[in-house]
Amino acid sequence: MTGRFRIGGARLMHIYTWVLIAWLVLPISVMILFGFNDPSGRYNQTWQGFTLKWYRDVFALEALTDALVMSLIIAVLTALIAGALGTGIGYALGRWQFRGAAGLNLLMFAAISSPELVMGSSLLSMFVSLGISPGPVTITIAHVMFSVSFVAIVVRARVVTLDRSLEEAAADLGASGWTTFWKVIFPILLPAIFSGVMLAFALSIDDFVITNFTGGTTETFPMWIWGATRVGLPPQVNVMGTMIFVAGVLIAVISNVRSRPKKRVAA
Amino acid sequence: MTTPPSTPAAHPAIEFAGVRKDYISHGEAVPAVKSLDLAIGQGEFFSLLGPSGCGKTTTMRMIAGFEEPTAGKVFLDGKDVTGVAPNKRDVNMVFQSYALFPHLTVQQNVAFGLERRKIAKDEIKRRVGEMLEIVSLTGMERRQPKEMSGGQQQRVALARALVNHPRALLLDEPLGALDLKLRQQMQIELKRIQREVGITFVYVTHDQGEALTMSDRIAVMNGGLIEQLGSPRDIYERPATRFVAGFIGTSNIIDGNVSWSDQGYAVLDKGPGERVVVPVPGGVAVGRNIEVSIRPEKIDLHRTIPAEVTGSLLSGVVSEVVYHGTSTNYTVVTSAGTDFVVFDQNAHDAEDVASRGERVFLTWAPQHSYPIGV
Repeated sequence: MTGRFRIGGARLMHIYTWVLIAWLVLPISVMILFGFNDPSGRYNQTWQGFTLKWYRDVFALEALTDALVMSLIIAVLTALIAGALGTGIGYALGRWQFRGAAGLNLLMFAAISSPELVMGSSLLSMFVSLGISPGPVTITIAHVMFSVSFVAIVVRARVVTLDRSLEEAAADLGASGWTTFWKVIFPILLPAIFSGVMLAFALSIDDFVITNFTGGTTETFPMWIWGATRVGLPPQVNVMGTMIFVAGVLIAVISNVRSRPKKRVAA
Repeated sequence: MTTPPSTPAAHPAIEFAGVRKDYISHGEAVPAVKSLDLAIGQGEFFSLLGPSGCGKTTTMRMIAGFEEPTAGKVFLDGKDVTGVAPNKRDVNMVFQSYALFPHLTVQQNVAFGLERRKIAKDEIKRRVGEMLEIVSLTGMERRQPKEMSGGQQQRVALARALVNHPRALLLDEPLGALDLKLRQQMQIELKRIQREVGITFVYVTHDQGEALTMSDRIAVMNGGLIEQLGSPRDIYERPATRFVAGFIGTSNIIDGNVSWSDQGYAVLDKGPGERVVVPVPGGVAVGRNIEVSIRPEKIDLHRTIPAEVTGSLLSGVVSEVVYHGTSTNYTVVTSAGTDFVVFDQNAHDAEDVASRGERVFLTWAPQHSYPIGV
C-alpha cells in the first residue's frame, strides 16, 4: 500500500504549494482588484462595482503624484549610487585580503540587521547635529547607507566564485588593470550588479521608517499613503501599487529570460 | 607564417640566469625554485616535467610575468624582462582552466589580444579566421565557450594565445582536463600546430608520456632544481639521477661494489656466475659502491641458463605475471636481493614465457646498463 501512501503525500504537497501561492498572491490580488472598485464613499473597502476611471484619473491627485515622483527619483538615485559604491566594496572584499576587510564585513551586516527605528533616529540626530536640514538629499543619503550593503554582499558572492586566471589571461593578452576590469570583470559581474541595484531600488521605494525620520516635510509615496489612511485611501493608490508591482514582475521576467543559459550544444 | 624554427637566432627565446624564487609563508621564505640557469631555443618544443611542487609552474609563471624572481634575471629574446608586467611581455599562455572569457564569443575571445594592440578591424578578422582554421574551429566563431566541449574550448584557448604571434607560447598542463583518447589526439595536434606556426612552446606537465611524445628537449625538475636536461631519448635511456630513472617510465635499480673495472667497463659481482656489467666511460675505482639502472624492456627472460652471456646475468624467481596485450610484465625476485621488472614483448610468444614461482634467468647487453651519478 505504499503506492496509496505516496499518492497521498503527493496530494498533500500539492495542497501545500497552492496554500503557499495563495498566501503570497492574495493580498496583491486584493490590491489590484480594488483598483477597479467604484466605491460610493471615501472608504475603498467593500466591492461596489467595476470601473476603469481610477486608471483614467490615476494622476488626478496632484499631491499623490508628486509623492510618487519624489519616491521614484530617490529610488533611482539610491539604486545608482548604492550600485556604484556597492560594486566597488563587493569587488574589493571578494578579490583581495586587506587590513580592515573583516571590520568592513561586520559593518555591512550591522547595517543590514540593525532595527530601522534605531537607524532612523540616529541618522536624524546625526543630520541635526551636522546642521543638515532634512529633505530629499538626507533621505537619499540614508537610503544609500542602508542599501549599499545589499549590493556589496550580492556582488561579493559573485566575485569569490570568479576564476582568478581570467584576470591573468586578460593581462597575458595585453590588457591593463583598467581594461581588464571593464572588458572582463565588469561584464561578468553585471547580472549580480543588476540584482543588487534592483534590490536597492525596491528597498528605497517602499521605505517608510527611515524616510519618516530623515525626510522632514518631504512627502514620499509611502508617507503620503500613511497620511491618507486616516481620511480614507483613494483607489489611485491601488492603481499605482499595481503599476509598481507589474513593473517589478516585468523586470524579473525579462532578467530571468535573459540570464537563462542557452541550450548546450553537444560536441 | 612566422619565422621558421630553422632561422638562426642571435639569442635564445627564453633565458634564466641565476634565478631563485622564494615564497613567503608564515613569515618564512620557502624556496619554490632554488637555482635555475636555462636557455630555451627559438622554435623549440620544450617541456618542464616534474611532480607537483617541483617548481615547474613557478618557472613558467616567471616567464609570463605572473611571478617575479627573488634573485636573478629572466630574458626574452636577449632582452631583460625581469620586473616587466605580464601585459607588456611578448609571450602568451594557455591556462590549465583555459580561462576563456565566458561573456564573449569564440571570435571575440580570440580577437581579445589583437584588439588590445589596436590592430585594424579587418586585419583582426583575417587573422582570427586564419587561426581558427589552424585549430580546426572554422564555423564556430559565434559560439559561446559554454556551448563547446572541453576539447574545443582547449583549441579556443590555444588560438587566443597563438593569434598574437608571441615570442613563446606557455602551456600549463593544458591537456589535464581531457579524457585519454582526446588527450592523445591533442598531443599530435599540438605538435602539428607548433610545426606550422614555428613558435617556441614551453610545456608544463607532470605526465612523462606526454613530455616524451612531444618535446624536443625536456627539463626534469624536482625540489626546485633541474635534475636533468636533454632530449626525450637522453632522459629515458640515460637517466642522470635516481630521481629521473624512477620518475620517467619504470627503471630497475641495483647497487653494489665494483669488483672489476677496465677499459671503460665495470662489473658488479652478484654471486656465483651472476654479475652486472656497466659501461663507465670515465672509469671507476674498484670497491666503490655504485647504482645501475636498467629499463624493463631491455632485459631478456630465459627459463634455462643461456649458453653464452656477453653482458649481465642475474637469476631469480617470478613473483608476478601481468598480461598487458602488447607485452607481458614479469616481476622477478632476484638472488641478488632486488626486485626486477621485465617487459616481454608479445611479438612471437603464444603463451607466457614463464609462470609464477618459476626460476628464471635475466640477461641484458652491457650498453643497456646506466650508472647513476658516476
